[in-house]
Amino acid sequence: MSTVNLTMAILLGGLYAGGFYLILQRSLMRILLGIVILGHGANLMLQLAGGPPGRPPMVGDAAPAMMTDPFPQAMALTAVVITFALTTFLLALAYRAWLLLGHDEVRDDLEDRRIRRLERRLAESEEDEEEMETEATQ
Amino acid sequence: MTALVALPVLLPLMAAGLSLAFGRFADIQRVLGLVVLGAIIVNAALLLYVADVHGPIVLQLGGWPAPLGITLIADRLAALLLLVSSVVTFAVLIYSIGQRVADYGRGTSSTTFHPIYLMLCAGVSLAYLTGDLFNLFVAFEIMLSSSYVLITRRTTATRVRPGMTYTIVSLTSSILFLTVIALVYAATGTVNLADLAQRVSELPDGLQSSLGLLMTIVFGVKAAMVPLHFWLPDSYPNAPAPITAVFAGLLTKVGIYAMIRTQTLVFQHESTWQLMLAIALLTMIVGALGALAQDDLNRMLSFLLVSHIGYMLFGLGVYDIAGLTGVILYVVHHITVQATLFLVSGLITRHTGTVALSRMGGLAKAAPLVAVLFSIPALTLSGVPPFSGFVAKLALLQAGVDAGTWAAYGVAGGAVLTSLLTLYAVARVWSRAFWGRPQEPAGDPDPSDELVVGTGTTSPAMMVASGVLAATSVLIAVAAGPLADISGRAAVDLMHGETYRTAVLGGGAGG
Repeated sequence: MSTVNLTMAILLGGLYAGGFYLILQRSLMRILLGIVILGHGANLMLQLAGGPPGRPPMVGDAAPAMMTDPFPQAMALTAVVITFALTTFLLALAYRAWLLLGHDEVRDDLEDRRIRRLERRLAESEEDEEEMETEATQ
Repeated sequence: MTALVALPVLLPLMAAGLSLAFGRFADIQRVLGLVVLGAIIVNAALLLYVADVHGPIVLQLGGWPAPLGITLIADRLAALLLLVSSVVTFAVLIYSIGQRVADYGRGTSSTTFHPIYLMLCAGVSLAYLTGDLFNLFVAFEIMLSSSYVLITRRTTATRVRPGMTYTIVSLTSSILFLTVIALVYAATGTVNLADLAQRVSELPDGLQSSLGLLMTIVFGVKAAMVPLHFWLPDSYPNAPAPITAVFAGLLTKVGIYAMIRTQTLVFQHESTWQLMLAIALLTMIVGALGALAQDDLNRMLSFLLVSHIGYMLFGLGVYDIAGLTGVILYVVHHITVQATLFLVSGLITRHTGTVALSRMGGLAKAAPLVAVLFSIPALTLSGVPPFSGFVAKLALLQAGVDAGTWAAYGVAGGAVLTSLLTLYAVARVWSRAFWGRPQEPAGDPDPSDELVVGTGTTSPAMMVASGVLAATSVLIAVAAGPLADISGRAAVDLMHGETYRTAVLGGGAGG
């Protein structure tokens, strides 16, 4: 079994790292770009699983020994279509979020907001107590 | 005969197209959906019978021989889960039709709901029946893409965010799945599960376990095992009740099913699997404690869902025939129970207009039928005898004790504790929501109350659907004997992959 060449390995690493970095951002547009890049990374990986790049997958273009495995290419084709469909879906979702909220930022989750509300209430009640104490001392 | 294996996937797919074409005729859409899903129940029952009596039914798509083409296979496990899932999807469809009628009247149709729901059912069926790793990815994508649309349909400003979280997390895990498939293919040169079983065992140990672990992570995200569960309590409660019910009942279990299938068939373990046991314990405890901390009914149920995923991982971690029998029983019971609970929670919130437990009260008097419908799945979930949860939990605990290692004892203890915590959590719902006096709506609404849809009326169809599911879970307890036998035989099949491999690759073929 042949090893993957270094350029491809570095490229794959770059695509995955960049993709995950972008997914961790707050704006939905960047997350979307991250997913697109990750999808490219995964598809490239599938291609490489079939053999070194640059070889023909079709019968008749080269001797069987010099051909690449066509099966991963078929899988990559399916995966490309799926990633494409989901990218358009995410774009629509980002647009919807922008229409509804005026921005496409991913908000804090419900629990975070609840905790913040609780914190605010506690702070208010503490202030009340302090006021009462100061009134009492006066 | 072999066509039976393809029908659970083909029927809903074709019906989805027809349903979209009849978008303006609400009644035609409804009848079509019910007929198709009803047909799948019959189909799945037939499959289960044939698979149990004559062994796995295999269909090589397009007539391509096994390692080259795509294989569909219905063995005992797949057929059993397909049967339970189709009962749930059928009942949930009745419920959502009822909800639609109660909210908007009989004449209106929602154009997109029915086609997408049928697509989701097709994806779930394909995930159970496929015998090919890449096809499993496609099945997940069909299922998940439909679920993205269902969870973000009719979004309001508050609903957009949970929908985003769900979509992004699922997409990321799908891409990871694709990556794992690429790695597996690079290492073995095949994606057919039966063929993989052979080839993977020839790989070096380190490579085997790293591929197996990657696979566990991918399915762990889908199945919401701790620490990969964070997205679930955040996103599920925000969908309408019937959609949450079908997600909670089916999607996580499909993840568990994929995990069971790959870990038994492809990545065999020698003995009890310590890492999985540790994760199982963590999942149970974290989920149960999370549930106790919630005041929001739906979020509490979501945490309970996470906690009970731990039981299934426990059986997988024990990794012997008794353990796997327990897992299968547990999955069957949990699919129906969790779906029922979310449907009933939809009924409760329609009566009270809030999801906050602290603001409910007096429901037992106001809606006695809902109280009965809640009490059955609640007691079942916490494993009180004589309900089905007790049977499944008992099987798991016995397997854990029989395994005899200190880790298995520990997790069995954790499982008992989690049962008690679950009982406490549902008892808390009972005392807050069903007893006491109805409360006045408070001036300061809870942030999650923005998510409550449609209050007041419930239609009989919703009650009937919840009742049917609750009755199914009781029926599971009644039929526990035969069910345990079938689960046992399915577990034997899982532990000895030979049946599966010969069925797919033909006698004597071995790669």
